[in-house]
Amino acid sequence: MTLDTTPKDTAQAGVTASGDSQPTPVLATRRLTKTFGGLRAVNKFDLTVREGALDGLIGPNGAGKTTVFNMISGLYAPTAGEVDFLGAPIVGLEPFEITQLGIGRTFQNIRLFPNLTVLTNVLIAYHPHAGYSLFHGLIRNARFDAKEREMTERARDFLAIFGLERYQSELAKNLPYGEQRRVEIARALASAPKLLLLDEPAAGMNPYEIGRLMDYIHFIRDRFKLTILLIEHQMRLVMNICEQITVMDFGEVIARGTASDVQNDSKVIEAYLGRGAAARTGLRSH
Amino acid sequence: MDFNLGFLLISIFKIAIVLAYLYGLLTVLGHPSKKVKIGGVIAAFAIIQIALVPFGEFQVLADFDKGLLIQACTMTMVALGLNLIYGFNGQFSLGQWGFYGIGAYTAADITYRWTNGDARGLLVAGLAVTLIGLMIWLVAKLVRVFKGMPVLSQFTLYLMGTIVAGAIAVVVGNLVSPVFTPLLGTISAPGPLNNIVALQIVFLLAALIAGAFAAEVSFLFGLPVLTLGSDYFGIATLGFSIVVQTLMVNSDTILPFPEMKGGRGMIGIPKLDATIWFWAFLFLLLIIIVMRNMIYSSTGRAITSVREDEIAAKAMGIDVAYHKLLAFVIGSLFAGIGGAVYAHYIGFLSPGTFDFLVGFNPLIIIVFGGLGSMTGTIAASFGWMFFLEGLLRVLLGQMGTEAPTWRFVLYPITLLLLMLVRPQGLLGNVEWGFLKRPASPARPDRNAAVDVAASAGQ
Repeated sequence: MTLDTTPKDTAQAGVTASGDSQPTPVLATRRLTKTFGGLRAVNKFDLTVREGALDGLIGPNGAGKTTVFNMISGLYAPTAGEVDFLGAPIVGLEPFEITQLGIGRTFQNIRLFPNLTVLTNVLIAYHPHAGYSLFHGLIRNARFDAKEREMTERARDFLAIFGLERYQSELAKNLPYGEQRRVEIARALASAPKLLLLDEPAAGMNPYEIGRLMDYIHFIRDRFKLTILLIEHQMRLVMNICEQITVMDFGEVIARGTASDVQNDSKVIEAYLGRGAAARTGLRSH
Repeated sequence: MDFNLGFLLISIFKIAIVLAYLYGLLTVLGHPSKKVKIGGVIAAFAIIQIALVPFGEFQVLADFDKGLLIQACTMTMVALGLNLIYGFNGQFSLGQWGFYGIGAYTAADITYRWTNGDARGLLVAGLAVTLIGLMIWLVAKLVRVFKGMPVLSQFTLYLMGTIVAGAIAVVVGNLVSPVFTPLLGTISAPGPLNNIVALQIVFLLAALIAGAFAAEVSFLFGLPVLTLGSDYFGIATLGFSIVVQTLMVNSDTILPFPEMKGGRGMIGIPKLDATIWFWAFLFLLLIIIVMRNMIYSSTGRAITSVREDEIAAKAMGIDVAYHKLLAFVIGSLFAGIGGAVYAHYIGFLSPGTFDFLVGFNPLIIIVFGGLGSMTGTIAASFGWMFFLEGLLRVLLGQMGTEAPTWRFVLYPITLLLLMLVRPQGLLGNVEWGFLKRPASPARPDRNAAVDVAASAGQ
């Protein structure tokens, strides 16, 4: 096994998968449900994400968005329902297996490895494809040396692509907040995902940083031929870059469509601004 | 009751010499040239051998200091193992002392029986360890076929396999042992395989078996228990230590090992007076090399990532359960070997030595030296032995028979002060020579990076 994080590999995988006239969606959930005790956090959630899409998942706090992400990435076991990734069911797999299949993710509150360097953070994402076993590491043979050098060089080049090279020897916890977000996204990409789940990438960013983040997301999608699904509260970001937007409230899908569809949906306005606001905007639009 | 300033100065000088010796050894090991490495290690062993040669009345390394040195080696093995489990993998364990005890009693039983004309100890234990290892390997393959098997079902399979493998070992070992009986002779008339040279080989095998046995027990124990969160895991390992000690106290009643003599303590373990320092240093050296090579490999990074953030590690494709178990098993292996060496230095094992309260010592050592610092652990273990057991015991002993008890007031205060002044431990992240993170390969020249970026942009 080799490190298959080169942009070329990812691109090829994308081309072969979209060969059919009716391409398999990258991600499909069917009637996905999660209950915590009596609380139904997510109820019969259906979602299809096609190859190469940049889709958004929005909704008020507590709508169940992160729960959906946790079920897709295997951190939560769904109470009911199915998740298909590239046509194959993934419910019941361990989170690390799902990552190795090609679903990368970031977290709402950044989860870097704080006391390790930025370079090590990226190297850890390469571990499943390290190409040598513990035994090779113990005897330090030529294979170990070659693979280790290859990994390190690749990780450095990888950081250079994101302009993070100068931070490579810094401990992750010492980076500024915005840079930590970028490192977290870079690290998720290092695990060679086909589908990237971004959980509130713009949280805590100012308008200027959000502008940069939007460019960044476009850049990584085109550069790595990714499919991206993101959760976001920042409407400016979602409305600007997402193609299909799914709106959730109280665990249910209440609307779906393009940015303009969703913006004019009375249910969405009601969920975000309350019933009165929905009535007023309704009056204005008629 | 007079304060002996001369002794104090000499003792401090000794600690400095020992630390300088370790620093030199690690520096030489870290040298890029293979010749320097091998030469350095041979020289390191030669220095001790020379220091042990008596010149008339004078001996550079007197018996007392030699004892401290050997105990420091065993303590370092245990503490390095614990540092792997707690310092690098982040699993707070109080069970390390139990594995140390398992290793000590296992190895002691093998050599004790051997010198008393009974080969069953070596045969049964050796077979059992091999068969259990094979069984674990096979069951692990089986478990992989049935994806998503609950941990407790896996545990049951492993446990049943262990019982079967153990039973086979006992039966076969007892069948084969009569072949060896005439070769071992009796204690008054030892046979051809019962001499000082054969004993070295038996000890080497016993130490490896003891380490492997401790590792296998830790695998069986860790498999279900490591799924618990860190605090609960700590409590469970504390329970493990207590179980091990209870079994030791009752080894002659509820366990079929009358030679261990339960709470009275096991006497008559062959002491390898002349060679044990060599074994202690050899095993310590091997353990240091294994630990360092492991930490600075992809597996080591995966183990460390589990400490940093379990959920993020899972999201990076790291098999968290596997890496927790791996660190735990290898840490216990180190402790088991340490126990085997200790038993053959001291020649007497008492369950009191393996009390879980004493088991806090390696924990204090790794915190003192710095969690996640291998150098810190090594320096703190040696410093601990020479300071507490060497300097303070003798120094305070001169001030009255009860005075050495003050050690246990002085060292918590020292620890408290250290935690206030230097919470990252004495050495923090500093590593010496060989234990430094190897320099990563040189950055490919700028053009190469540009090429990659350019080809990526297409």
